[in-house]
Amino acid sequence: MVQPDMTGQPGRGTPPPAGGVPSARAARLRRRARSLGGLVLSLALTLLGLLLVTFVIGRVMPIDPVLKVVGERATQAQYEAARIAMGLDKPLWQQFLLYMGEVLRGDFGRSISTGHPVAQDLRRVFPATVELASLGTLIGVCVGVPLGVVAAARRGGWIDQIARVVALVGYSMPIFWLGLMGLLLFYGILGWVGGPGRQGIIYDGMVPTVTGLILVDSLIAGDWAAFRDAFSHIVLPASLLGYFSLAYISRMTRSFMLEQLSAEYVVTARVKGLSERRVIWGHAFRNILVPLITVIALSFGSLLEGSVLTEIVFSWPGIGQYITKALLAGDMNAVLGGTVVVGTCFVALNLLSDILYRLLDPRAK
Amino acid sequence: MTETTRAWLLSDAPQTRRQARMGALYQGWLTFRANRLAMVGLAILILLVLVAAFAPWIAPQNPYAQNLAERLKPPSAQHWLGTDALGRDILSRLIHGSRVTLFIVGTVALIAPVIGLFVGTVAGFAGGWVDQVLMRITDIFLAFPKLILALAFVAALGPGIGNAVLALAVTSWPPYARLARAETLTIRNADYIAAARLQGAGPLRLLIGHIWPLCVSSLIVRVALDMAGIILSAAGLGFLGLGAQPPMPEWGAMISDGRTYILDFWWVAAMPGMAIFIVSLAFNLLGDGLRDVLDPKGGRE
Repeated sequence: MVQPDMTGQPGRGTPPPAGGVPSARAARLRRRARSLGGLVLSLALTLLGLLLVTFVIGRVMPIDPVLKVVGERATQAQYEAARIAMGLDKPLWQQFLLYMGEVLRGDFGRSISTGHPVAQDLRRVFPATVELASLGTLIGVCVGVPLGVVAAARRGGWIDQIARVVALVGYSMPIFWLGLMGLLLFYGILGWVGGPGRQGIIYDGMVPTVTGLILVDSLIAGDWAAFRDAFSHIVLPASLLGYFSLAYISRMTRSFMLEQLSAEYVVTARVKGLSERRVIWGHAFRNILVPLITVIALSFGSLLEGSVLTEIVFSWPGIGQYITKALLAGDMNAVLGGTVVVGTCFVALNLLSDILYRLLDPRAK
Repeated sequence: MTETTRAWLLSDAPQTRRQARMGALYQGWLTFRANRLAMVGLAILILLVLVAAFAPWIAPQNPYAQNLAERLKPPSAQHWLGTDALGRDILSRLIHGSRVTLFIVGTVALIAPVIGLFVGTVAGFAGGWVDQVLMRITDIFLAFPKLILALAFVAALGPGIGNAVLALAVTSWPPYARLARAETLTIRNADYIAAARLQGAGPLRLLIGHIWPLCVSSLIVRVALDMAGIILSAAGLGFLGLGAQPPMPEWGAMISDGRTYILDFWWVAAMPGMAIFIVSLAFNLLGDGLRDVLDPKGGRE
């Protein structure tokens, strides 16, 4: 662990060497630009690979896409015409280039099961997933971070024990099962929350779409009844995802904090006579903010993915359910489009946390 | 254990290589045994293996025998955990399902780390463009959300237990490759590697004889900690209908069967979920204990 400075602030670290003149600064800028360039290049390569893998998966799929379009009773001539129209007669590398060009233009083809262009479908389902994952992450951060900090500060105490059990159970629980049990208890028996789906039937389509996030849209429209309804539907699946992200975030927070609390600057701060609260929140906690941001970004990414099973259980019309349904229907355009979008988000989140890390932490050089 | 064996094992000055090795193992066992939760995990897993091995003799009934007159019966003396929609005894199906679970976890835990070890050590040892290419491929696989990639693979290959195993293995190797590469990079320039090289050892020999053995212990810890995740992913695939196919008693698929009846007949979905939870909890406990033994620098608490 690199030593933080005495104030414990993640701000400017060591000042530039004597006579930090323009030339030194320019060299540093150039170095930073080059490392950023390398980052962008590796990102582009990763995205290319992502496309290649989805393309290969789409091609080895045992389902014949031509047959899906023309139907079982098409004549040989019709079949051939459709095949040529879909560009499937060209060599594979040409097909890949075509596919890449289309994806770059935001065209994922037409979904066979919904009949709409996949890009349009994705614009509809993606906000639903983002809404769910954001609320889940929010819960995870609001509960997980304080829990982790307190667990580290009172190491071995009862809060630490509880935090440990909470995390252990979270790591071991099948999320779809917990979702079913939650539905049974809070919807079936107690009737406290709305059932599966994103909205009650009467509110469906009543709120004009602005952002695609129903909670936000209903607030914009000033429709309190719709907001309450949407909230009662989202609260259970979001808490569920929140629990899983909490398990991860609280553990990571705890281990980051333990590392800081054993550092010498904490001893110094205590010797100086600072209150324990100032030592923990003012000094140690500020030093873990940067790695914590990375953890939160990763946790958000994994919720985008982890929501596949949750969305199925709660009939949540998000991207996970869209991909799964398309898979079962053999609708490859939809599957590949969805996979590319989720994969790209994943990569973007990683990149974002990487950049934040470099920007905020002077030690990361 | 007799006092002399104990003294022999704990000797500070082992006489032979074997004594030193056994002594180290025994020390590890003592550390592990001191962790009560890890012992509980180990006990559960031993029980699971025994149940799986003797499933046909333990299970009270045939897991495939349908009895529509007895369908959806709550837990009772005759059916301890109740019956499902086709009147099959849930306890018997859970007992037989333990075999499926162990098969999936065991196979994935065997394939994925081996791929990772191979890719990671070769990348770290060779360096240069080989490293670049292999790590780029690793990054691509890491960039995919695991479950969605596994879903796409199973869809391409067709649902079934073999393909589910393959999909899980293909999606879980990248972290092992990263780990093995990091270990290799720290080992690569060690003096003893240079010494072996001076004695004329070729790259293959260095890799297999000197680098792999040192990467294995950290990989084992990682595998033990990942086991629970593999179980949960496998159950997730089963739940989506892409893993083991009916009538095979796979736990995730059993939850999916019970989903339709959840509001009136809760036990059909609840019981298999409990089984999954207990087993993956046991793996997590075991993994924590193993980490303390094999990787003392990694967060003894």
